[in-house]
Amino acid sequence: MKEIKRPLPRVNELDTKDFWTATKQNEFRYQQCDSCATVIFYPRRHCTGCTSGKLQWKVSAGKGTVYTYSVVRQSYHPFFRTVAPYTVAWIDLDEGPRILSNVIGISADEVSIGLRVQIEWEEHEELHIPLFKPA
Amino acid sequence: MSQKRDAAIVGIHEYPERDVEGLVSPMQIKAESAARALEDAGLNWSDVDAIYDSGDGGGMSGLTISEYFGLKPSVIDTTAVGGSSFEYHAGHAKRDIAAGKANVALLTYGSTAHSNARAIGVGGRGFGGTHPADNMDVFAGMTLIANYALVAQRHMHEYGTTSEQLAEISIATRCHAMRNPEAVQAMHDLEFLDIRETTIGDVVNSRLIADPLHLLECCMISDGGGAVVIASPEVARDCKKPPVWILGSGEATKYPENGGDITTSAAIQSGPSAFGEAGVSASEMDIAMIYDSFSITVLALLEDLGFCKKGEGGSWVKGGRLRFDRPNDGPALNTDGGGLSSNHPGMRGIFLLLEATRQLRGESHSQVENAKLAVAHGNGGMLGSRHCAGTIILGSD
Repeated sequence: MKEIKRPLPRVNELDTKDFWTATKQNEFRYQQCDSCATVIFYPRRHCTGCTSGKLQWKVSAGKGTVYTYSVVRQSYHPFFRTVAPYTVAWIDLDEGPRILSNVIGISADEVSIGLRVQIEWEEHEELHIPLFKPA
Repeated sequence: MSQKRDAAIVGIHEYPERDVEGLVSPMQIKAESAARALEDAGLNWSDVDAIYDSGDGGGMSGLTISEYFGLKPSVIDTTAVGGSSFEYHAGHAKRDIAAGKANVALLTYGSTAHSNARAIGVGGRGFGGTHPADNMDVFAGMTLIANYALVAQRHMHEYGTTSEQLAEISIATRCHAMRNPEAVQAMHDLEFLDIRETTIGDVVNSRLIADPLHLLECCMISDGGGAVVIASPEVARDCKKPPVWILGSGEATKYPENGGDITTSAAIQSGPSAFGEAGVSASEMDIAMIYDSFSITVLALLEDLGFCKKGEGGSWVKGGRLRFDRPNDGPALNTDGGGLSSNHPGMRGIFLLLEATRQLRGESHSQVENAKLAVAHGNGGMLGSRHCAGTIILGSD
């Protein structure tokens, strides 16, 4: 039987392709505005804080904190139903970006808000996926 | 502030069936509901000069729905903001009528979500869109209910809210549903296992779907629809039923922001706009028709609309405060039985206007005596990520 895989982002999506391309080097990139210092995430071509549009790519150290989470016990998705229960969480990276991901490497029932986590890259052919494990 | 009475709800209809077994289309539900709502008002198709549509019957909806109904409206508004669309439509209809652009506005909704086994409620898979933001989280497997559970978990963490407190919302709406024959029939048709009033224990002992939310904290997945007719004061005077005035409206958006507060919804912005225009406050509301996709939705929205302070919703709803037979304690919540126990075909916003109107006419199965003021608040999209809020304040003569 064919292995059912995790649904993956499109690497050619125009706003986010630079982010996903960098993940192949295990780099978590985010943008910051040169003029007003606003951190922009998810990636875009414009600054949401001012109209200068001078965005610089920065690289996160990959450490952060669980802002909130849920243990998903029921999913109808062909991949996720095979891995349930699993933990979905909003992670606040120390540099500012908030990203939705999974917390792995710990039993779902042991995850808590405030837990310190770090990126664990899951490798796929065209891109790597930033999952998080306890730091 | 003086209260303006520019436009009133004069006709309503809720499509009674929740399982059409694939034999009726959304467009047919919309047309049937429109005809019955026009009859309710004592009006006819030819009186309608403004159409409001969320696209639930298909694309280019301003055109297709006009042709299907056989109308030639002068105002066409196709605002599509999910389950809150109908609150936006009501606000826009009031604005357009007040501006002299229209006299009789028609809002309709039809859905066969249950027949189509569309993935909403407990079965929801979440967004799979083409927006750049979707491309950032498609890998995480967030289900629709997990989206709301993320709010509940943070709410519990920050404010000490408990599952027992959230369960109050489920049991109050079920209490009202058991008094509404159409809701009871809906629960039968949708094969609910145990059709009776529930207890806090029933809710917290039902199975976890996405922690911390349990099965009995999730809306049903039904077919259904309805229609609302809104008219100018001149038209309303001659209608069959007493007018229910649209006193205020508010709109707002909310989306994920770095460092943002997930426990606060767009209602924090739409509420003051609507209450301010109406010149009333939350504490004066007899009826609260609040979009109950899940228990946490109601809790967060009640706080954001100003019924209690942020974080105090859990203790505020305790002890059955939201029941229709406790009018001195606060507003009656979702007296039709809500999305939790009566009707949720995907976009519940229209039912909030329908039941609020019934209450202000004195026609509800869980009637609050002398109900004068109601708030209808629609939440369109997802509470835990991105959504639109639409708040409408309604008042009787």
